[in-house]
Amino acid sequence: MVDIPDKNLLAPGHRGCAGCGASIAVKLALNALGENTVAVSATGCLEVMTTPYPETAWEIPFIHVAFENSGAVASGVESALRIQGKDDVNVVAFGGDGGTVDIGLQSLSGAMERGHNMTYICYDNEAYMNTGIQRSGATPFGASTTTSPSGVASFGEDKPKKNMPMIMAAHGIPYVATASIAYPEDYVNKVKKAAETKGPAYIHLHQPCTTGWGFPSERTIEMGRLAVETGSWILYEIVDGKFEITYRPEERKPVKEYLAPQKRFRHLDDELIEKIQKYVDAECKELGL
Amino acid sequence: MVNIGCVIKTPGNTKNNKTGSWRTFKPILDKESCIDCDNCILFCPDSCINKQHDIDYDYCKGCGICAYECPSDSIEMIQEESD
Repeated sequence: MVDIPDKNLLAPGHRGCAGCGASIAVKLALNALGENTVAVSATGCLEVMTTPYPETAWEIPFIHVAFENSGAVASGVESALRIQGKDDVNVVAFGGDGGTVDIGLQSLSGAMERGHNMTYICYDNEAYMNTGIQRSGATPFGASTTTSPSGVASFGEDKPKKNMPMIMAAHGIPYVATASIAYPEDYVNKVKKAAETKGPAYIHLHQPCTTGWGFPSERTIEMGRLAVETGSWILYEIVDGKFEITYRPEERKPVKEYLAPQKRFRHLDDELIEKIQKYVDAECKELGL
Repeated sequence: MVNIGCVIKTPGNTKNNKTGSWRTFKPILDKESCIDCDNCILFCPDSCINKQHDIDYDYCKGCGICAYECPSDSIEMIQEESD
């Protein structure tokens, strides 16, 4: 069971869409981290919806920085706290997939390489949702976005999703994990482990988006669950280089069950769905799921 | 009230903004049949269900995740009436 705190550290009244997965992601993370935390966020949905100036939904110190430098700013915050002897404060940086796998990659890579004692959580909704659903490096194969639209000339995004958690693992950092908002116990455990890790920790969180993916608002959690149950998103952690799957679906469902309810995949024909299934099968085989 | 550097000195003051006005469907929770699994509390994007399972309608946007994820079907979504 996940502990329910008396006070939520992400206040209501924020401007997230009804059924927003990013606010669930942050609420659960802050529950695990507690009040003694400083948060940094790259530009993105999270920053825009939680801090409509002069309001903030954050009940803890929060710094919004530019799209590309949340890794650098979190490094600075961590260093400043360390020099002041405040080494019991959690430093967490949040970035969307755009702010992490594309625009913020260099500063995040630097922060990980320098070994700062911080946690970075990428809330991955698989496109630039805040600016109008443009594709990112994390957009999966076949998805229709406003910059990879499906139609007569194209079936949508023609490249597979960038494997960001493995890029982070290649930095040799002590803790890397993937998670999903649909598995809160697994996710919260990983956030706690990441915070307890001495040195950099990275969590790549799969986060369905009702607006960008095109499904009814009440099915946000179900989409996350279907991604994991079909093997489209695999929950694992890499602790000091040791890889382990943290959740195994009893029986892996066909990927079509995950794709069919989403508007961004609705145009896919059987041939393309088969191609995605083969890609997922290969990925599952490689990771031993 | 504008501060230099866009500093906001009042944590959690989005509470000024009552997002309950966005709602078209309203969740009604039946505490009798509730099995206390806490799914609705964990998954509420607007942190508006407390430990006692009281729903704060000032902020509930009516997304319906709580009803959809309720294993005992203790939450019903009913259409809001216009004023």
